[in-house]
Amino acid sequence: MTFFKLKPIAGQPLYIQLMQQIRHATETGALRDGDQLPGIRTLAEELVVSPNTIIKAYSELEHEGLLEMRQGAGAFVCVTRRTRLIAERIQLAQERIRDVIEEVRVAGLEDDEIQRAFEAELAAPRKAARRR
Amino acid sequence: MIAAPAIQTSSLSKYYGRTSAVQNLDLVVEANRITGFLGRNGAGKSTTIKMLLGLIRPTGGDGTILGRQITNPELNRQARAHIAYVAEDKPLYRYLTVAQTVRFAAAFYRDWRCDVAGKLLREYELPLNRRVKALSKGMRTKLALLLALARKPELLILDEPTEGLDPVMIEHLMQTIVARAAEGTAVFFSSHQIAEVERVADQVCILDRGCLVLDRSLDSLRESFRRVDMVFPVDVVEREFQLPGVERIRANRRQMSVLTSANAEGVIERARAFNAVSLEVAPVGLRDVFLAMVNGLESAIGKEN
Repeated sequence: MTFFKLKPIAGQPLYIQLMQQIRHATETGALRDGDQLPGIRTLAEELVVSPNTIIKAYSELEHEGLLEMRQGAGAFVCVTRRTRLIAERIQLAQERIRDVIEEVRVAGLEDDEIQRAFEAELAAPRKAARRR
Repeated sequence: MIAAPAIQTSSLSKYYGRTSAVQNLDLVVEANRITGFLGRNGAGKSTTIKMLLGLIRPTGGDGTILGRQITNPELNRQARAHIAYVAEDKPLYRYLTVAQTVRFAAAFYRDWRCDVAGKLLREYELPLNRRVKALSKGMRTKLALLLALARKPELLILDEPTEGLDPVMIEHLMQTIVARAAEGTAVFFSSHQIAEVERVADQVCILDRGCLVLDRSLDSLRESFRRVDMVFPVDVVEREFQLPGVERIRANRRQMSVLTSANAEGVIERARAFNAVSLEVAPVGLRDVFLAMVNGLESAIGKEN
């Protein structure tokens, strides 16, 4: 049933990848309000990752308000107005990024070149990025 | 709640004559975690594990395992009742059959779980009536693992557990390790299977020639380690990129490749200051980190240029 896929070499902690994928699943509607997520041990065994990865992702998402941990029952998706707003903001940003990518593709850049350019900019210091 | 470490050593050393096997090792293995222990053959991994378990006497230093002093035989024995250990050479009684071996272990260990043992016996497809001496290497490894994995210890120590196992069995073993960790068992395992360690471990320790050269969480490794590849319009000297956090530099006239364990931003800024015409930043896998950290391969990597 799991649709989560974690990449060991992605330059990003596995728990953050899992958080993003759960968030994404709520944005697309793959996960809806009230849906139950797999237990920590079940998901850790399925993804073959440390249980701490799942614990950290679930607890961060609980902190964000996207998950509700019920004692002894597990983790449940909790889509509120606030999470919906965040989802909308992400969707808007994604549309803008899509436009930029399309633009540079038309200019003749290959996808791997675009990816590396994005990574270089993201790794650059924040202040310098703003100045430009 | 912060639990006490499962293993803690200070200046732990082992010398054989003038040859050092382990040098001033300060190791902390946290409880509630999976820790991978990497190193080349002969780096001192097994010697370290044997000192922790009181099987070899340290030349210097000391430590605790499950809170008990490792150099005190009585305390070490107490600790071992809560530790499941699979040794590198997978010692078993050659003349016993598989079934007899399992029955013997069941009678011996207080934390034995018959249900888990039965399940693993079926999954590992071990021939119950065959004698240990007639088992293949892979089967012997499976049986040795079963004896440790069917218990419910506080600490699980595995020395090269994947040796002789096929990819399906390795996957199964990793799942079992994860399951034990989910039950609260601290796991400390040495392995050459870097990709597997990278997936399941929370923390990774790299030993090289008896010294600890890396002790980091995989989260921080993923966040901080980067390779920055640069091309410049003119020749640039390595010295300019010897910044804090830079672990390795490979340079070839106008090309430079830098491995950083922190401060990729500093490298990028320096590259821009030198008008880099090309600048690529990529995450680094554990395999590359391992190769960079382990001495002796430095020259081999350098030769590629």
